[in-house]
Amino acid sequence: MLIIKNLHAGIEGKQILKGLNLTVNAGEVHAIMGPNGAGKSSLASVLAGRENYEVTEGEVSFQGKDLLDMNPETRAREGLFLAFQYPIEIPGVSNINFLKTALGEIRAYKNLPPLDAKEFLALSREKQKLVEFDAKLVNRSLNEGFSGGEKKRNEIFQLAMLEPSLSILDETDSGLDIDALRIVSKGVNKLRSEKNAFIIITHYQRLLEYIVPDFVHVLANGRIVKSGTKELALELEEKGYDWLKEEKEQEATII
Amino acid sequence: MGNDNEIIDNIANKEYEFGFVTDIEMDVAPAGLNEDTIRYISAKKNEPEWLLEWRLKGLQAFRKQQLPTWQNFEMPEIDFQKISYYAAPKSKPKYDSLDQVDPELLATFEKLGIPLNEQKALAGVAVDVVFDSVSVTTTYKEKLKELGIIFCSFGEAVKEHPELVKKYVGSVVPHSDNIFAALNAAAFSDGSFVYIPKGVRCPMELSTYFRINTENTGQFERTLIIADEGSYVSYLEGCTAPMRDENQLHAAVVELIALGNAEIKYSTVQNWYPGDKDGKGGIYNFVTKRGICKGENSKISWTQVETGSSITWKYPSVILQGDNSTGEFYSVAVTRNKQIADTGTKMYHIGRNTRSRIISKGISAGEGQNSYRGLVQVGPKADSARNFTQCDSLLIGDRCGAHTFPYIESKNNTATVEHEATTSKIGEDQIFYLNQRGIDSEKAVALIINGYAKEVLNQLPMEFAVEAQKLLSITLEGSVG
Ligand SMILES: Nc1ncnc2c1ncn2[C@@H]1O[C@H](COP(=O)(O)OP(=O)(O)O)[C@@H](O)[C@H]1O
Ligand SMILES: [Mg+2]
Repeated sequence: MLIIKNLHAGIEGKQILKGLNLTVNAGEVHAIMGPNGAGKSSLASVLAGRENYEVTEGEVSFQGKDLLDMNPETRAREGLFLAFQYPIEIPGVSNINFLKTALGEIRAYKNLPPLDAKEFLALSREKQKLVEFDAKLVNRSLNEGFSGGEKKRNEIFQLAMLEPSLSILDETDSGLDIDALRIVSKGVNKLRSEKNAFIIITHYQRLLEYIVPDFVHVLANGRIVKSGTKELALELEEKGYDWLKEEKEQEATII
Repeated sequence: MGNDNEIIDNIANKEYEFGFVTDIEMDVAPAGLNEDTIRYISAKKNEPEWLLEWRLKGLQAFRKQQLPTWQNFEMPEIDFQKISYYAAPKSKPKYDSLDQVDPELLATFEKLGIPLNEQKALAGVAVDVVFDSVSVTTTYKEKLKELGIIFCSFGEAVKEHPELVKKYVGSVVPHSDNIFAALNAAAFSDGSFVYIPKGVRCPMELSTYFRINTENTGQFERTLIIADEGSYVSYLEGCTAPMRDENQLHAAVVELIALGNAEIKYSTVQNWYPGDKDGKGGIYNFVTKRGICKGENSKISWTQVETGSSITWKYPSVILQGDNSTGEFYSVAVTRNKQIADTGTKMYHIGRNTRSRIISKGISAGEGQNSYRGLVQVGPKADSARNFTQCDSLLIGDRCGAHTFPYIESKNNTATVEHEATTSKIGEDQIFYLNQRGIDSEKAVALIINGYAKEVLNQLPMEFAVEAQKLLSITLEGSVG
């Protein structure tokens, strides 16, 4: 589904991703962990097509197409979804109208007719239930005055509505209390299928107890420095990231 | 004044002198503003003596007035003597078919979903005799008549209801109010007149759009709306379709009078030609709009969506004379390219327990300049008066400007005056967020703008609100990126 090869990218002249490789197949859940400032959000931004990042080297193929060649809305319509670390507020734009527009655009791209009001409402109800999203928030202005946790949960509701093939969750767990975390995880687990894939960026192993990943990667210094299974997450939780640095330095001296 | 007739005769002769032969040419006065022109206009309209006198007073006031200097833009030069102050209401259609009309204009009509016949009317194309809205208009008129509602052209009102016109014209905006109001008093062409009788709730939105004979009342329009005790009326001015006009200066006057327990809701969508990218050729929209809440518990509400004109300069105001009366002002003003808007409102609290609410939303893009100017005045008798002002500015890009000039003058310490102001930018983050959900930047901006202006758009009658929403999106197309 997603093949990242030797990706180099930077912002404002500062190199952040330095030769990153990652392959994600349909049906898989990948967790990406790593210290603050390692470039995890940057990776998500580059994949989603944020303009201020400059890709200097490497390639990314998404469902067989050149991802880097597409503008952000096309990437979204192709099925790439980013649950933002810091969801933005848009005053006066109702959540539900926004979603109707978004879904309409995505469907139009796939040559599907727009849903009529009734169908859309039914879909919205179904997804609200699936991810246990508060009906009151559905009709409010997009993220305006939402608590941190409500914003994160709204991202998951949107994810459920838009049914992307690849979802990137950027620290969706931070700012969630344990109940909310369980609800969000339950939602994601219900949405998992053979056809879609998830990249879950997180600091904490805690989330991975609820959403069990197939692979865990450590991102440090702009590269994936270690990959493993969910046991790696536990190891990271125990030891922190410093031992990785040492390992890397050793590696460097050997070479 | 004894030699009025002589002068009229003179002008009649002059007409001949100048070789006015065909019907159409005969109905255009020579350019220039002087007593002769005013008498000519008045005579052409068969106006009563008192109205002519009033016009002449307007002319005198005009001559004594100077152009203001306090506005937040450079005043364009206007040669008042080059303007032709009278053109007959019926001029020939400019085009024979839509094929001859600017395709860009037609494209905009398409986007707004305006029916073909109306497109023709708006673009100045000859319309078939059987124009759909004629029959609509007839039924409409009959219904109003049954209720005793008067809705006609100003000229008709002068003939049919002179006592009402005489009593109220200039009672809210005096002939000497400001230079453009004075000019209008002297030379007003035509306009609308509305009277809602006691206790009557006007069952439909009144709109000039439905009044026959409204074309080309344009340049110096005069509107007078009187809501008698306990009545209600909602009035719509303008339309969302782009309006072109050869006259560059528009100096209209609108007067609203709400008697006890009456309510007037006045909505405007202004989309006059804004000029080209450099602002050349656009309309100067210098309008004086004022209402008076004369009786207790009366209410006047102004709502405006201003997207057109190269300069929009107006302050729809309310004089809150009756106790417990309410004044409201809801405004969205968009400026882009080199457009300028200096707009806002004045709320004069005179009566006790009077309330006013001001919601102003400025949107500036390109090199557009947007100024909010508002005055809240509380008189010594206005015990417990309350005002709330919310004044927001939204910037798109970094070459545009937003300015706010709130003035508060309170002579009563029981009054509460609240003012909130915000300035925000459409952020790249907001647009990217929407992009990431499959929405392109054009649509993203439209969503954000309409969300921002929602509080004002919600005040418009339903269909109008939908059109105004589309208009905002179209106006700002291409301004981000
Ligand atoms: N807009 C920006 N301008 C300059 N540097 C940035 C910007 N955004 C992120 N960075 C830098 O890029 C690096 C990676 O940040 P980020 O991707 O947010 O890390 P993570 O998500 O792993 O904590 C950090 O050093 C951060 O300071
Ligand atoms: Mg981050």
